[in-house]
Amino acid sequence: MARIRKPIPGVDPKLLIKDAGKLLPDPTRRLFLRGGASLGALTFLTGCDIVDGLSAEKALRKISEFNDGAQALLFSAAKLAPTYPQSAITRPFPFNAYYGPDDAPEVDGKDYALEVGGLVDNKKKWTLDELYALPEVSQITRHICVEGWSAIGSWQGARLSDFLQRVGADTRAKYVWFQCAEGYSNTIDMPTALHPQTQMTFKFDNQILPRAYGYPMKIRMPTKLGFKNPKYVVAMHVTNTDLGGYWENQGYNWFSGL
Amino acid sequence: MTAMADIEVAAPDKIVIHPVWVRITHWVNALAMIVMILSGWQIYNASPLFNFIFPPSITLGGWLAGALLWHFAAMWLLAVNGLVYLAFGLATGRFARKFFPIRPREVLADTRAALAGKLSHDDLSVYNAVQKLLYVGVIVAGILIVLSGLAIWKPIQLQELTTVMGGYDAARYVHFVAMAVIVGFLVVHVALALIVPKSLRAMLRGR
Ligand code: HEM
Repeated sequence: MARIRKPIPGVDPKLLIKDAGKLLPDPTRRLFLRGGASLGALTFLTGCDIVDGLSAEKALRKISEFNDGAQALLFSAAKLAPTYPQSAITRPFPFNAYYGPDDAPEVDGKDYALEVGGLVDNKKKWTLDELYALPEVSQITRHICVEGWSAIGSWQGARLSDFLQRVGADTRAKYVWFQCAEGYSNTIDMPTALHPQTQMTFKFDNQILPRAYGYPMKIRMPTKLGFKNPKYVVAMHVTNTDLGGYWENQGYNWFSGL
Repeated sequence: MTAMADIEVAAPDKIVIHPVWVRITHWVNALAMIVMILSGWQIYNASPLFNFIFPPSITLGGWLAGALLWHFAAMWLLAVNGLVYLAFGLATGRFARKFFPIRPREVLADTRAALAGKLSHDDLSVYNAVQKLLYVGVIVAGILIVLSGLAIWKPIQLQELTTVMGGYDAARYVHFVAMAVIVGFLVVHVALALIVPKSLRAMLRGR
């Protein structure tokens, strides 16, 4: 077995940046079944020849959609993510994206105006000062990455459900879609948007959100995997159409609830 | 309840060693386990707990998202099939009859006999003490791997379970150790099945 670096808990930011690369598909392995030996083993075991990687991929994606439904059923608005004391915060908190921290988007706070659209009464844009004036909530919760590692962080901002109410959103709609400065996007289910711990985050550990963590705004959802928590959010739409998302479109599970 | 036992006594020359439900659930489980293990190794590699990764060429899924798709598809097969096996095993009395009692002294004696190549396999319908221990052990590991898997898949919705497992990070180790136990079992188990081919025939044809 190949030897590699030590596991996460100590958290070396340099290593974590490298880590993010593993989220990316290896172009030579885009088809899930091109697994060499393991494909052979599977063919042998099932007694049928799964040469058609594409149809297997399709079947697996169907099951993933079934899993979205199962997770939505399991989701309870009353179940809160466990919270932790200040001393439990992971320092330094890992940076994780599909680009290095130097390539992270740089959003100019002075020009920033959050776009609010879709099924809402009030489509006015929100400046940072207006957003900062919203009632503040705080949480120290565990961020869990789809890769398996986790880290505890401290986030402050406005409760998303309060904000949706304030802008007159139709909360019977199915989804909320987020657009990010670098082109990343993400659609979430309305029950998660309305969860009491889902937060429009402006601060990390009581400091204005640093660029690496998503300045000026990220959406913090402790009930979802890390990649479902968009950073550098510039627009938010309430919608009945699933507009997908960056990772979801490539095969990661859509609901990705915890 | 004792229907299976009756058949075994009533027709000694046509003894059914493994009723059809055992054979079906056994082979479905073997397939589901192998898919779970190979895709699980790929998932492990994305954030290793120890100072090694599994050679990517022997994993399933190609990359993290692919492995997760396999893992979260095969988990249904594993869990539903496992529940069917446990329900039948308890309801028919097979577990009580075949796996118990397990006496430490017999385990020691049978281990010694097995290593000396002197263990009798004349009567496949009776498990020796080593078999009993291995089978009960792997069933416990199977239950544990499903529970720890649920604990890391749903650490908020099923947070009570995650707490029982010692928290999210500890549950990852529990999940890994249960995998290692099952893989260890599998190596010994398959080797023994090949050494005693008629046991393999019985698991395929029933007798
Ligand atoms: C794919 C390779 C496998 C082969 C060739 C195989 C073969 C066999 C054979 C021949 C038996 C009957 C043995 C006897 O009479 O003592 C058996 C029983 C059993 N096997 Fe496997 N097996 C495989 C995989 C697995 C896996 C992956 C598990 C669990 C993780 C498993 C768990 C069991 C159990 C619990 C029994 C006892 C079943 C009962 O009596 O109710 N096997 N296997």
